Amino acid sequence: MSSSAIDKPRLSRAHALELLRQMIRIRRFEEKCYELYTQEKIRGFLHLYDGEEAVAVGVIPVLEKRDRVVATYREHGQALVRGVPMTTAIAEMYGKQEGCSRGRGGSMHLFDRATNFYGGNAIVGGGLPLAVGLALADHMRGDDIVTACFFGDGAVAEGEFHESLNLAALWSLPVLFVCENNLYAMGTALALEESETDLHLKAQSYRMTSEAVDGMDVVAVEAAARRAVRAVRETRKPYFLECRTYRFRAHSMFDAQLYRDKAEVEAWRKKEPIVRFRGWLEVNHMIHAEEAARIEVEISAEIDAAVAFAEAGIWEPVEDLTRFVHAEKSG
Amino acid sequence: MLQRQASSEMLELTYREAVRQAIRDALTRDQRVFLMGEDVGRYGGCYAVSKGLLAEFGPERIRDTPLSESGFTGAGIGAAMAGMRPIVELMTVNFSLLALDQILNNAATIRHMSGNQFGVPLVIRLATGAGRQVAAQHSHSLEGWYAHIPGIKVLAPATIEDARGMLWTALEDPDPVLIFENVMLYNMTGKLAADAGPVAIDKAAVRRTGRDITLITYGGSLWKTLDAAAALAADSIEAEVIDLRTLRPLDDQTIIASVAKTRRAIIVDEGWRSGSLAAEICTRIVEQAFWELDAPLGRVCSEEVPIPYARHLEEAAMPQPSKIVAAAKAALGRT
Repeated sequence: MSSSAIDKPRLSRAHALELLRQMIRIRRFEEKCYELYTQEKIRGFLHLYDGEEAVAVGVIPVLEKRDRVVATYREHGQALVRGVPMTTAIAEMYGKQEGCSRGRGGSMHLFDRATNFYGGNAIVGGGLPLAVGLALADHMRGDDIVTACFFGDGAVAEGEFHESLNLAALWSLPVLFVCENNLYAMGTALALEESETDLHLKAQSYRMTSEAVDGMDVVAVEAAARRAVRAVRETRKPYFLECRTYRFRAHSMFDAQLYRDKAEVEAWRKKEPIVRFRGWLEVNHMIHAEEAARIEVEISAEIDAAVAFAEAGIWEPVEDLTRFVHAEKSG
Repeated sequence: MLQRQASSEMLELTYREAVRQAIRDALTRDQRVFLMGEDVGRYGGCYAVSKGLLAEFGPERIRDTPLSESGFTGAGIGAAMAGMRPIVELMTVNFSLLALDQILNNAATIRHMSGNQFGVPLVIRLATGAGRQVAAQHSHSLEGWYAHIPGIKVLAPATIEDARGMLWTALEDPDPVLIFENVMLYNMTGKLAADAGPVAIDKAAVRRTGRDITLITYGGSLWKTLDAAAALAADSIEAEVIDLRTLRPLDDQTIIASVAKTRRAIIVDEGWRSGSLAAEICTRIVEQAFWELDAPLGRVCSEEVPIPYARHLEEAAMPQPSKIVAAAKAALGRT
């Protein structure tokens, strides 16, 4: 892991508060999703990001509007930080026509053309070749665009991971690979799935610059992301950023978590990204209690409005079931 | 169907050259088009289809790939989503199984799953079929499998004209199109207008008209079926031969109109019989023209066996003119 003074972001108070706000916004949103799931408003699979918020919040704001994002089925955080409206995201989970994928994707498949959000991909590793192709198009046209591709430690065992890293390095494509290493591929621990658990080293075998960062520290993630995105933009080569993080909740809503000790979860709680960052801000007198309270109030209002939007949404008419299997002829 | 004017100059060329010319046309016409696949560049293509194109268009647009079928097929999907018009060559359908995740879970799915926000205007070319004594792992005919999937179109050009013209139309399609080129056709020669252009990809073609029985087929089996029809004609049986051309979506109208006329049908399909495209066509005929039929439908498919190496076994495993003749005569109650 490399860092130098020049890469340390100048952490203005406003910026620090924004980082905190974004992490809390994801957390509260997902707490509401959990509640709505228990009420059977949201069905299907629901994968929560609890504990990993510092990764999306550290990486995505560093990207430009023209850049592209490819995510996984655990993508609520990425979508919200990227600017997918909370209203259409939650309407999608309701399965409503107003949802960002018109109710055809659900929690795992949030797509949004307006923010170049190329979706939650629910096949582990399936998004990596896509990211390579998006970057290939930009490379061939000479466009100054970076594609950020998020995936978990489980994807590292897939052939598509290796094929994609090789292609991106071989063809010199502007992809930022962001590995969200939460130590479990569903319920299988990293040490049981990988012969080399220092995942970022794998990128080096493809001659790709890589680093690992504390994924529970939003400031560290952001600093690393700045280095990484700048490197991709300047060199037009791929870069591999491993964010070491932890998922506090179950893999999905159907997971009894038989595969890990409560003690392990409690040990990681000491690094919990929101409490940790807020504590740091308090120690350094960068946040006032009323500011923290205001953040909570504003987010709560946004969530209430988003839920109301979803509740008021309509169901896609069943007659439209087979629309969008193919493009509709215009005119 | 778009047809050429009879006045243009006619050229003699192979199926392989027709596909090459189609690719060259596309690369010349549209800067967004590029060809990507294993050995398409320096080697000239496994079946020499892209020979010479590297020198003409350079390595960015005639892009040799590693043996990473899933990786470069997915890259084609991503590039298509970002506005390019990639032609991915998967060398053979046998290797496409390594890219099946990308084809099914991404290419075929993303438009619907994203609520129409993203499309995948990608063309995938694959060689298919048996007959070259390359044994089980190189002789599959899986186009019927792909025809099962909503969200993609599946083409099987059997003629020089379609080999040249289908790619053009496919590249104009806003959604993914798979083009299956039967390996036994690459050396076939025929005449084609020098300025041959695009052809429709939503219609079957009647390649021979007849009143006694309809023989429905596609791709490499078309020529065997036409041979069978000629043999039947010698016995005063006039068979109508339909070339499906497009396996998804199927042109029900042309099939049903012919069966309504002849009242009998045999489907010839190089795929295995169980769960085959032939089974799907039989079902549609039964659903839509049951009362028109004078005889049970028949099928000539590949035998239910991995395609073997030895020539006599391979030939026995595949549809052949003699089997088609026998099936047609059985349907007509003739021996």
